[in-house]
Amino acid sequence: MAAVKGFSVRFRGRRLFSIYLPNVFLYAFLTLVVAFTALPLIYVISSAFKPLDELFLYPPKFFVRRPTFENFSDLFSAFNNTDVPLTRNIFNSLFVTIVIVVLTVVFSGMAAYGLVKLKPKGSSFIFTLILTALMFSSHVTQIPNYVIVKNLNMINTYWALILPKIAVAYNVFLMKQFLEQMPDALLEAARLDGADEWHIFCKIVMPYLRPAWGTLVVFSFVSNWNDYFSPLVFTNSEVMKTLPLAVQSIAGGPGAAALSTMGAMAASTLLMTMPTILVYTLMQGRVLKTMGYSGIKS
Amino acid sequence: MGYLFLAPFLIAFFLFVLLPVLASMALSFTNYDMINTPKFIGMTNYRLLLMDDDVFLLALKNTMIFAFISGPIGFFGSFIMAWLINDLKARNVFALAFYAPSLTSGVALSVVWLYFFSSDRYGLINNILIRLGLISDPIQWTLNSDTILPVIMIISIWMSMGAGFLTFLAGFQNIPSEIYEAGMIDGIRNRCQQLVYIILPQMKPQLLFGAINAAVGAFGVFDVAVSVAGMPSPNYAAHTIVAHLYDYAFLRFEMGYASAISIILFLITFVLGRVLMRIFRSDDT
Repeated sequence: MAAVKGFSVRFRGRRLFSIYLPNVFLYAFLTLVVAFTALPLIYVISSAFKPLDELFLYPPKFFVRRPTFENFSDLFSAFNNTDVPLTRNIFNSLFVTIVIVVLTVVFSGMAAYGLVKLKPKGSSFIFTLILTALMFSSHVTQIPNYVIVKNLNMINTYWALILPKIAVAYNVFLMKQFLEQMPDALLEAARLDGADEWHIFCKIVMPYLRPAWGTLVVFSFVSNWNDYFSPLVFTNSEVMKTLPLAVQSIAGGPGAAALSTMGAMAASTLLMTMPTILVYTLMQGRVLKTMGYSGIKS
Repeated sequence: MGYLFLAPFLIAFFLFVLLPVLASMALSFTNYDMINTPKFIGMTNYRLLLMDDDVFLLALKNTMIFAFISGPIGFFGSFIMAWLINDLKARNVFALAFYAPSLTSGVALSVVWLYFFSSDRYGLINNILIRLGLISDPIQWTLNSDTILPVIMIISIWMSMGAGFLTFLAGFQNIPSEIYEAGMIDGIRNRCQQLVYIILPQMKPQLLFGAINAAVGAFGVFDVAVSVAGMPSPNYAAHTIVAHLYDYAFLRFEMGYASAISIILFLITFVLGRVLMRIFRSDDT
């Protein structure tokens, strides 16, 4: 990116100093902010290696003194006592989350393309409906939602965990906002070459939207990976349990972390957090890559 | 052709989002205890809510104060952080660290803020204030009805900046580099001019998303309020609209009344959303 660096550029001999000084303050300030926002992450990582007495220390210490792997072995022995192997829970979580993320990215991208660039009749009304849904508190819609899922005979199936999570109003809104910046010239050139709309969507629109769907993948993965509300409501068999629910149940139910499982909980929190960090890191590379299209003046 | 692209989303949207929303709208005119069939009672829920329910009016006031302070701070804060971090060499490390609260679970977050705002003398803030000699006895941050709301504001701003931050960071990549170059030819000399004349106009779509996200989030404040102050909070100091809604829906099982609360919340955010759309309207077409 051809950004203007610092608060004054050029005239090397004289202004080099004045470029340098504000950057020192900037780094110092940002490091301070970021050290604070990173505290929960540091806490999660170091707690997983804390022996029991350090976990119960009050006031808490953020850094571990005598690191141990005990918590991880506790965690796996706790899972060995359950009827369903942990691998099944991991599979459930991965399968459900990945399917939701892929479908929501594709469907939201398609809908945004329809709303912004193809504009069939009623588009603005549809967008108003989407905005309306986005502003509606999800607490009251939970009951009607359950009734619908039940009437569709989807209780205890993967469908119940996946389908209700795909059409998120926020996701279309996000994709639509980014697509609005796309110059129409890019599309018209392709249409002149005789490309059909589906081809344009796959080859031009989605690559253009990379920063948008990179962001969306992070949002969607994190929220669905950690969600234990919908498996709790829509499933009731052990084999359908996802990871957050399985972790909750070894700890003795939501909120009631038993003394003996404190260590296992700390370890499982780290294991639960790792995939979200991985997905974030993978996507950040995509989001923060400078766009490669040029030569089009809008 | 456009409808074909919209169809997959719209089918799922209609079934699992719109239908439940419409159902709740209808329920707001009924008396419904989740066991017997809903009984139509007209505007009674709304009349009770706005005329007789003092706790609701208090919740409305708390939510307004909360939203109009923490919403804008969260919005501008996340934008400024994205703007500052975007140009750094080590931006990936900084971005991950700043986004960390959104990646970690609620438990880890609450350990951190409990440590900061703990009401005994071990709490970090009390500890510092006592050492500096500013106070002699620890402040009851989460028990005193004067400090509850500010504490909740600080914690929820800190927790909620991630979404806006990431959207803005992505938005910066969507600005074509030719525009910066053209700007430099037109005489843009420093970063502040660049911000005002290039970035802000170009980022309007992302700014609108961030603003609506911040507004809906701020008016929907609940989880943080309950985990900090409990439910009900001392003197209802942390009672919010959604806390009231939750109380009636899942503790008293008065679903009709709860639905009416959600309609009022929706109307407030909808009007605010219209205002924000006017402010951040992209007028390039």
